[in-house]
Amino acid sequence: MRKISIDPNTRLEGHGKVEIILDDDGNVKDAYFQVVEFRGFEKFCEGRHVEELPRITPKICGVCPGAHHMASTKACDAVYEVEPTETAKKLREIFYNAHVIHSHMLHFYALSLPDLLLMSANAKERNIFGLLNVLGREVVAEAIECRGYAQKIQEILAGHPIYPVFGLPGGVSKPLEEEDRKKIEEMAKKLVEFGKKGLEIFENHVLKNEEVLELIKEKDVYYQETNYLGMVDENGCVNFYDGILKAIDPEGNVICTFEAKDYLEHIAEHVEPWSYVKFPYLKQIGWKGLVEGKDSGIYRVNALARLNVADGMATPLANEAYKAMFDFFGKKPVHNILAYNWARLIEILYGAERILELVQDEEVTGKDVRNVPKKKPSEGVGVVEAPRGVLIHHYVTNSHGVVESVNLIVATVQNNPAINLSIKKVAQRLIKNGKVDGKILNMIEMAVRAYDPCLACASHALPGKMPLVVDVYWNGELYKRIVRN
Amino acid sequence: MKVVIDWLASCGGCDVSILDLGVKILDIIKEFEILYWPVALDFKKEDLKALESVDIAIVNGAVRTSEQEEQLKLIRDKTDVLIAYGSCACFGGIPGLGNQFSSEDILKRAYVETPSTTEGKIPQVVTKMNGFELTLPKFLDEVKALDDVVDVDYYVPGCPPSTSTIEEMVDLMLKLKKGERPEKRVLASDKSLCYDCPRFKSLVRPPTINRPHEIVADQERCFLEQGIICLGFVTRGGCGARCIKANMPCRGCYGKVPNAVDFGTEAITAIAMAGTGEDYLPPMRITEAIDKIKDVVGLVYQFSLPKSKLGDLK
Repeated sequence: MRKISIDPNTRLEGHGKVEIILDDDGNVKDAYFQVVEFRGFEKFCEGRHVEELPRITPKICGVCPGAHHMASTKACDAVYEVEPTETAKKLREIFYNAHVIHSHMLHFYALSLPDLLLMSANAKERNIFGLLNVLGREVVAEAIECRGYAQKIQEILAGHPIYPVFGLPGGVSKPLEEEDRKKIEEMAKKLVEFGKKGLEIFENHVLKNEEVLELIKEKDVYYQETNYLGMVDENGCVNFYDGILKAIDPEGNVICTFEAKDYLEHIAEHVEPWSYVKFPYLKQIGWKGLVEGKDSGIYRVNALARLNVADGMATPLANEAYKAMFDFFGKKPVHNILAYNWARLIEILYGAERILELVQDEEVTGKDVRNVPKKKPSEGVGVVEAPRGVLIHHYVTNSHGVVESVNLIVATVQNNPAINLSIKKVAQRLIKNGKVDGKILNMIEMAVRAYDPCLACASHALPGKMPLVVDVYWNGELYKRIVRN
Repeated sequence: MKVVIDWLASCGGCDVSILDLGVKILDIIKEFEILYWPVALDFKKEDLKALESVDIAIVNGAVRTSEQEEQLKLIRDKTDVLIAYGSCACFGGIPGLGNQFSSEDILKRAYVETPSTTEGKIPQVVTKMNGFELTLPKFLDEVKALDDVVDVDYYVPGCPPSTSTIEEMVDLMLKLKKGERPEKRVLASDKSLCYDCPRFKSLVRPPTINRPHEIVADQERCFLEQGIICLGFVTRGGCGARCIKANMPCRGCYGKVPNAVDFGTEAITAIAMAGTGEDYLPPMRITEAIDKIKDVVGLVYQFSLPKSKLGDLK
């Protein structure tokens, strides 16, 4: 047995890490995914003017500030019991769809696609620049350009894509001028075209690659039967901005549907002392530990979960793509982890079609963008589908609109239990009798990355890259440390 | 020119702001050798430790955990020029509001008191499991800006810094590459944001203070004249007035103007003074107006509480 000494002060790398524990025979007993950072937004939001929180909470995460801005703005609507004007709702939804597109494109083209298309390539080439050789410069440049459009649309509406400020209780701060409307319309048309192209790339490159195809379809490693939670509109279709929450079991049966304001009746969070991230579960089933299946309260969120709980997509092209994905797997819900990537592409196309639809609506340049709150503020819950899943902001204020307490149920946190399960599964498959295969790091990273976890959001901390280090312990000592080379 | 980019207690928005330069970033990368950048490149902490020296380190985020404090000292020891990037690194930023509370209360709120939490417990630096230990970095007692821990050479403020501010930083880096050593400074305007503000001022005083949600703000007129507290007058310019153009008031992410001693005291004094003089509010109305501000700290120190000269506000 080998022991590697590591100075305890410097044992941590990145902001997430993986610890694998072997039993006496050298087989995997346990595996842990730890998030090692924390900033404490729930506490220091106390005492603030509630209308400032849509400006403060986006600083939870610089990758999905738009999601926190919008959940926070909706919570402020609820605190003041004020409905936004119709124009304001549309402007918010345009902004919000652009936000999801930016995030999904960043994830798919910069992080996931290199994994899927360059699996056997040298690690140095496994990045967006390596894609140039596979897809050609034009497509990669177009991906960068289109993500830029998604950022630009947010900037036009909300001030800055990383620091959006336009949300206020009852609406938004500024109407959309016709000149800007035209710009957004042009960009949306390009996004629809590129949304279609993304699905073509998936079909022609990812699904035609037999090695990858096998991983997408297999049911041994990248596969988990869990419950799912997502938001749907009045027709049961995916909607990022507003709707009803719906949870289904691994067979697709509805467990519950509820409004955001009732979330405490349906969702609870378990805490483990070894991670700064909590472990949410469906209350109706309960916390049964880190186990999968119908009898465990663990559920998943994010793109695939949204598609699994919905009956379809609200726009025509995305709906065709939705049907094609479920036809491919031949069943619903789909439990294959790598299908999260496919689902994201369908959502990019949906988001683009939705922006185009909204921006061509006459009402969108209306000047009536604010209903000034008239009622006494008290308590409110706001929910959106963040790119990474259901995001809930819950505020209680005094009669002056000063925040007394805040609770945040954050997208990535809800996938934390499933990420822990995935890591254990991969480790169990690859480590036998103390033989640790170097492949494990990549295999774990692919599983974890499929969830696109955002550790900033998760710990109200940092958007991390995947854990950079896997530590394997045997007989109570560090036996092997695997790092990317 | 060896460059490292790192993040401490940050949201990642600073890194995204650099990535959002788009194709320009490819030109920048050509000029410098980037040896460590966790958000974008696959180098490890071991690589950073192995470096004998670093010419320029760009660090974003504040210091909130023991791990971050050690990481910052490690970088400073190797680095010739340290740049504090973003409001958190420069002044503590939004997470700096945590300094109003004890670290115990912050942890307790998140992991015990929140209504969705069941059987809450505080995460531990060391958790003894069956035969092994799992460890986490310690959550420090307060948020610190970088220069509370080490010497900083240049400050790049903003949450996040604007494209023009970033371009100024790149110009500075190119000068450093040529061997020049400009004096230590903040890479933003020395004048207040009011000088860049497109709104007109009619020199009419508002009868009261309005919170941003209480009225529909006129897009053309000065916010202060509409009774909405806008902190542009005490904040450095350089952001391009992006919030103001979105019809929302400034909250000071670029930090205080150079002649102000303390952001918050300067801001609140000026707001009170605005009510004096014969055309203005009678004294008893001043306190009435000011009373509408129920969260002075969160308003005037939204981005800079760790730099407050008022001392311990817990």
